[in-house]
Amino acid sequence: MPVQLDIISPEKVLVSREVEMAVIPGAEGDIAAMPEHAPVMLLLRGGVVSLYENGVVTDRFFVEGGFADITADRCTVLADRAVPVSEISVDEATARLEELTTLWGRSDKHDDPQSIDALQAQILSARAEIDAASAAH
Amino acid sequence: MASLKELRARIGSIKSTKKITSAMKMVAAAKLRRAQARAESARPYASAMRRMMAELAGATVGEEGGPLLLTGTGKDKIHLLVPLTSDRGLCGGFNASVHRLTERLIRRLQSEGKTVKLLPVGRRAISYFSREYSDLIVDKIMGIPGDVPFSVAEGLGVKINALLEAGEIDVCELVFNKFINAMSQVPQKQQLVPLVVEDAAETSAVADENKALYDFEPDEETLLFRLLPKNLQVQLYAALLETAAGENGARMTAMDNATRNAGRSIDSLSQVYNRTRQANITNELIEIISGAQAV
Repeated sequence: MPVQLDIISPEKVLVSREVEMAVIPGAEGDIAAMPEHAPVMLLLRGGVVSLYENGVVTDRFFVEGGFADITADRCTVLADRAVPVSEISVDEATARLEELTTLWGRSDKHDDPQSIDALQAQILSARAEIDAASAAH
Repeated sequence: MASLKELRARIGSIKSTKKITSAMKMVAAAKLRRAQARAESARPYASAMRRMMAELAGATVGEEGGPLLLTGTGKDKIHLLVPLTSDRGLCGGFNASVHRLTERLIRRLQSEGKTVKLLPVGRRAISYFSREYSDLIVDKIMGIPGDVPFSVAEGLGVKINALLEAGEIDVCELVFNKFINAMSQVPQKQQLVPLVVEDAAETSAVADENKALYDFEPDEETLLFRLLPKNLQVQLYAALLETAAGENGARMTAMDNATRNAGRSIDSLSQVYNRTRQANITNELIEIISGAQAV
C-alpha cells in the first residue's frame, strides 16, 4: 500500500502522487513517511525530501522550511519554497548564503532570540541547499 | 447643428477610443484567465493549511496566553482596516466599492468610540484615503506586480504581525472584493485578527477523532507559533489573488460596455452626419434649380 504524497508551495502543487516511502527533513531530525505511520504534524528544516520507490530514490526535492502532516495513508508537505534538486541554482543559493552570513555578522547576538533563531535556520537552510545541489551534480 | 467637419472629427475620435477600449478588454480577458489559474493553483496550499490549523487549534484550544494572532489582545479598542484595491483605474466601480465599504466601517467604528488605523494596499486606495483620512494611515503597500508573488502577502503579513506585537492594534480586518465571476465582484470584510476558526462544528469533530492520535513535533505551541503567521499570509495571499482576478474581470466588463457605447455613439453620429450631408446636397440642388428657373 503506497502513501499519497503531496508537496505544496503557496503558489502551486509540485508533487501529488503515490510513493512507497518519503523521507522528510523534520526540524528535529529526518522522518520517513510510510504506510500506517502514526499521525504526526511536524515543523520542517531546510533540506531534501526524498521519494522512494522499490527501495530506491526516484526523486528529490529541496524544501525551505514549512510543515508536514503525516497520517496513515497520506503525507502532505507544506513548503515555504520547494524546488526539484536538479533545478537548484548553486550560484543563487551561494549568494543568499553570503548575504545571510553578513547579516549574521552584523546582528546583535543579544537581540531578541526569535529573530536570531530564524536567521540561523535560514543560514542552515541555504547551506543544505548548496550541499544538496553539489551532491546531485 | 454641427458642421460636417466637426462631425467627422468626433466620429474619428470615438473610433480611436473604441479601438483602445476593445484592446483593453482583450488584455483584461487574457490577464483574468491567468489570474484565475493562479488563484486555482494556490488553493491546495490554503486548504491543507486550514486542515492543519483546525487540528492544531483543536489540540491547544482553551489554553491561556495563546499567541496574539489567534486570541487577539483581548481588547477591542484599536481596529486596523486593510482595504485592498488595484494600482490602476478604468475598471468600473471595482475600487470605489471597496472605498465605500471601508469608509462606512471607519465611520461606524469611530462612532462607537474606537480608534481606526488604515493600511491601504494599491495605489487607488492610497490616493483615496490620503485625501480623506491621511492621519489614520499607518503604512501602505503599492506597485504589486501582475503575477502577485507570495512575497507580497508575506511582507504584508509581517507588517500586520509587527503592529500587533507592538500593541498598536487589537483587531485587524481586511476589506476586499470577493471574485464571484467576471461580471460581479462583491466587496466584503474579513476578520484576520483575532482568528476566526472556520466551521467550528467540523473542526471539533476532526479534533475529537484525532486528538489522542496526533503527535506534534517539536510541540503544539512551537508549531502554532509558526503556523499562525503563515496562515495569516495565506489568507492575505488568497485575498490579493481575488483582487487581481476581480480587477481584470471588472475592467473587462467596463471596457466591454465602453466599446458597446462607443459603437452606438458612432452609429448615431454617422446617421446625423449622413442626414446633414444629404440636407446640404438637397439645399444646393434647390438653389441651383430655383436659380435656373428664374432665368
